[in-house]
Amino acid sequence: MSPPSPRAGAPRAVVGVLALQGDFAEHAQMIESLGARAVEVRSPAELDEVEGLVLPGGESTTLSMLLDWSGVREPLERRLRSGMPALGTCAGMILLAREVVGGRPDQRTFAAIDLGVRRNAFGRQVDSFEADLDVEGIEGGAMHAVFIRAPVVERVGPGVEVLATVEVAGVHRPVVCREGAVLVAAFHPELAGDGRLHALLIDAVLTARRSGVSAAP
Amino acid sequence: MASDDRNDATPTPATGGRTTGTLRVKRGLAEMLRGGVIMDVVNAHQAKVAEDAGAVAVMALERVPADIRRDGGVARMSDPALVEGIQAAVTIPVMAKARIGHFAEAQLLQALRVDYVDESEVLTPADEEHHIDKWGFSVPFVCGATNLGEALRRISEGAAMIRSKGEAGTGNVVEAVRHLRTILGDIRKVATADSAERYAWAKRLQAPIDLVEEVASSGRLPVPLFCAGGIATPSDAALVMQLGAEAVFVGSGIFKSTDPPRFARAIVEATAHFRDAGILVKVSRGLGDAMPGAEISTLDTKLADRGW
Repeated sequence: MSPPSPRAGAPRAVVGVLALQGDFAEHAQMIESLGARAVEVRSPAELDEVEGLVLPGGESTTLSMLLDWSGVREPLERRLRSGMPALGTCAGMILLAREVVGGRPDQRTFAAIDLGVRRNAFGRQVDSFEADLDVEGIEGGAMHAVFIRAPVVERVGPGVEVLATVEVAGVHRPVVCREGAVLVAAFHPELAGDGRLHALLIDAVLTARRSGVSAAP
Repeated sequence: MASDDRNDATPTPATGGRTTGTLRVKRGLAEMLRGGVIMDVVNAHQAKVAEDAGAVAVMALERVPADIRRDGGVARMSDPALVEGIQAAVTIPVMAKARIGHFAEAQLLQALRVDYVDESEVLTPADEEHHIDKWGFSVPFVCGATNLGEALRRISEGAAMIRSKGEAGTGNVVEAVRHLRTILGDIRKVATADSAERYAWAKRLQAPIDLVEEVASSGRLPVPLFCAGGIATPSDAALVMQLGAEAVFVGSGIFKSTDPPRFARAIVEATAHFRDAGILVKVSRGLGDAMPGAEISTLDTKLADRGW
């Protein structure tokens, strides 16, 4: 796919990738390959630079603690509340959800999308899998989805669009959802080299810039 | 990458067009652990301490390497009850060790549904010529390596993650540094080799030419490269991360220190912020004593020499 072309003269979208732990390098590469500028975010100062954020795959419990210890949690909470576009994959989806089932009791999330999410919903690593998945609104054929100890959505709030589902124990569970400028996937498009969800994030950043959602907190 | 498409000898079609146990799925979990710390634990209580301190995974074993070294005798796979107890105690991935070449132990660990099997030189080898044929398993494997040839041989056998061997149980990082520098230095040399020189590299490394070609074109190992063996302090973790490790294993270094919960958290923070000297000072200050270390030259047994 071709990178979205920003209007002549407009600066490139600046998209952060939360780089405390996980496969953030793949996300940063994907963002750069789509023509936007990727910034690794490990501190509140780095968060100030970005117009949108990818929350990558990793261990959600570890990421949650590192968000607290690094001081990134509170400014990020404020940015998400003020409408900053975000994409969360796997652990990133857990962090963005309103509530977590099967997590640790002290695990805090951003509640940026009105979902209840179950951790490790498919089982352990031997149950991790790849599959082709049709995602509503994504052109150009099925996405090749890589699910690694993946979560699924068990509760969907009224304002949330469900863009794709998979069957878990006979029930179709959402695995791609969107609410406003927040997009989440239970799988890893970055591991299959598929940048179409990242392109939606970059579009959302450019839209937010035009409509005046400020980059600064 | 060509090897992305390589499946196991017996890929398992799951329900609804799903495929489990592919190299991409196996390597995928290693990708998710990057920038994290995997901690050795010997019981459910230690596993909780590790999880509470931000470990991305735990390695379940009966004795940490420092005790294996002290006690001597044959070190084997852990009791299944111990692995199950640890699996029940934490939500993060649980790994366990099998002896080099002991595919039956690996079969047990797969049946226990551990998340990664470490075919490890820390245990007493069961086969002095052959490592496990890892392609036949749906559980992923991590293997130790001291140089690029060893790493590529393990990958050719199906390993989905490579770690430096270091010298486990010593609290001395010097061997891990040697192994990382050897692996990464040779990768840099292979990446500048011309097409004729790559054949000579394959011969010298005793590694398959297709993997040498892959390293030459990508400038990296085909699977994630983690560091293990002798990491005892936050700055040890920062050192190996800056050298190019993608995550760290800490064996004896946590539970042989004077304050395991604080050491564990400090090493987690140091690994995440490995270039930030300010954070390294903050997490290292007043930490207490690290595990007692050992000079490599005083050792009777070098675990890193195990494996071929």
